Amino acid sequence: MTPASPEQPWPVWEVFIQPAAGDPHEHAGSVHAVDAEHALQNARDTYARRNEGVSLWVVPAAAITASTPEDMGPFFDPANDKAYRHPQFYKVPKGVKVF
Amino acid sequence: MAPAALFTALCRVGDDRLILGHRTSEWCGHAPILEEDIALANIALDLIGQATLVLQYASAVEGAGRTEDALAYFREAVEFRNAMLCELPRGDFGVTTVRQFLHGVFSVLQWDALSRSVDPTISGIAAKALKESRYHVRHAGEWVIRLGDGTAESHARTQAAVDALWPYTGELFMQPTDEADLVAGGLTADVSLLAPAWQQQVRDVLARATLQVPGDGWMHRGGRDGRHTEHLGHLLAEMQIVARSHPGAQW
Amino acid sequence: MPPSPAVAEDPVRLAEFEARIAADGSIEPKDWMPARYRSQLVRMMSQHAHSEVVGMLPEGNWITRAPSLRRKMILLAKVQDEGGHGLYIYCGTETLGVDRHDLVQQLLDGKAKYSSIFNYPTLTWADIGAIGWLVDGAAIVNQTMLAKASYGPYARAMVRICKEENFHKRQGYEIMTTLARGTPAQQAMAQESLNRWWWPSLMMFGPHDADSPNSDELKRWGIKRKSNDELRQRFVNLTIAQVKAIGLTVPDPDLAYDEATGDWKTGPIDWDEFWRVVKGDGLCNKERLDARRAAHAEGAWVREAAVAHAARRAAGD
Repeated sequence: MTPASPEQPWPVWEVFIQPAAGDPHEHAGSVHAVDAEHALQNARDTYARRNEGVSLWVVPAAAITASTPEDMGPFFDPANDKAYRHPQFYKVPKGVKVF
Repeated sequence: MAPAALFTALCRVGDDRLILGHRTSEWCGHAPILEEDIALANIALDLIGQATLVLQYASAVEGAGRTEDALAYFREAVEFRNAMLCELPRGDFGVTTVRQFLHGVFSVLQWDALSRSVDPTISGIAAKALKESRYHVRHAGEWVIRLGDGTAESHARTQAAVDALWPYTGELFMQPTDEADLVAGGLTADVSLLAPAWQQQVRDVLARATLQVPGDGWMHRGGRDGRHTEHLGHLLAEMQIVARSHPGAQW
Repeated sequence: MPPSPAVAEDPVRLAEFEARIAADGSIEPKDWMPARYRSQLVRMMSQHAHSEVVGMLPEGNWITRAPSLRRKMILLAKVQDEGGHGLYIYCGTETLGVDRHDLVQQLLDGKAKYSSIFNYPTLTWADIGAIGWLVDGAAIVNQTMLAKASYGPYARAMVRICKEENFHKRQGYEIMTTLARGTPAQQAMAQESLNRWWWPSLMMFGPHDADSPNSDELKRWGIKRKSNDELRQRFVNLTIAQVKAIGLTVPDPDLAYDEATGDWKTGPIDWDEFWRVVKGDGLCNKERLDARRAAHAEGAWVREAAVAHAARRAAGD
């Protein structure tokens, strides 16, 4: 049996999971689903089978805009020489043990 | 309180989950899409886990040295107390989904009632199971709506499933007379009281799924007293074959 | 997967790419990669995903007959994990710009390979022990290596899978241990099962290095970090001690310990059998694909209904 029209695959959703309260959500993987509630349930069943988290986000994969490898230089290199953003840049007088 | 009555009442609760869990587990590897394989296995695991806890307690109440495994693997079909709805063949995904929904709504109401049992073991099991069953209803309910309000084919299949399963739903709410003392003592719940809430929730979802609620008709009964469809014997033949081939063996 | 044409790659980019891998760098989906790297990954990852999904069938065959409630739940959870792992790896493959739907179609059309081990039948309960112990044991050896693969999404899926699969091998070995210490009938069941699964497990690592056409390239690009024979040897060394510990024997009269290398050397592997099963003449090749095709065909109306309903809901009906 050949269907009249080719099957329309379910869209991909990216899944983010929060491992514990207070943690940031981390990318876990993706699932296929037809709508947001469906994606949420599939994400729960697929990525939270072992107590992996306390909260889930699902995002249509098509809605994510990512930087490209070509962006790497202009995006991230300029941060290299801004040592003053890091606490180690600053001297603390000897004798001050806890700052 | 007569232990025999409580034992039977616990078998009614546990056997529903064992047999339905077994039927659901038959899908593993054969579902419509990978995501659903995983979801159905989760549901089956929850149900078999619930059955294990309840049958463990039944075993303790009986005090005859029959473990939960002995109860699962060495009873005859006529000794099982599950509602017949649970033992019917898994059918297509429509039948499985509609059954999961119809029994799931009952299950949530029953666990909710049992979570108020004066028996702390029963209320403890019920409180845990209630959370699981709420998710089963959410999952199955969404699917009933998707299938009922999907394509012409899915609508027809799902309506056929509702029609085929409906005559087995009445049994869920027939309160066995031998549990009168247990209910009066606050140990178990009177299932007949759960019917109005079930009707309302089921009708609401079926309406959203554009499915017709079947008219009043004959409701099959017998499972709660060990009188079953022919399907249960075959299910048990498969489930029990290895255990029964090696009596006394450890696994 | 159509064979990838020989594409003339930009030599500068290719050199940069290979230098990055040599320095243990990780390649991400949007990074430049040789067409051949992409096609090799798609081939290998999709075969791996197919293997997980087809691999649900031989073990799934015993879910309804597991002899205790505990074993039933463990097995169900394990087979479910295989499905999850298939899903993770398909997801990883999709980052290379292929659609899971198309990959599944290739499997159903008989155009894609999966691990031949799943074309053997599961005949007794002991086979559930043997598969967990040997087949998952062999898979773990392989996947531990793949968790360091150069392609980030593949490596990350493998890390998650290895974490989850820790229990798979243990539950299998626990089944075999229980049987080996059980009634005489159970002991016989355990030994008979080990006899059937031993050689196919060794074949899971693939042909000898000398006969493995893809191996060099896969190693150079950091997709595989060790050769088939190295991995097989590691598996044999690990497993023989476990066999002895529970009083079973492997069906290999030539098995011998090599004092010099510390390796257990096995007798010759029957590569005729290996290639016969790979080429489709295993006992269950047809059955496994038929089962996958049936599930897919019988599920078509469900998948279509979900799409139709979502479209209607999105349109505000």
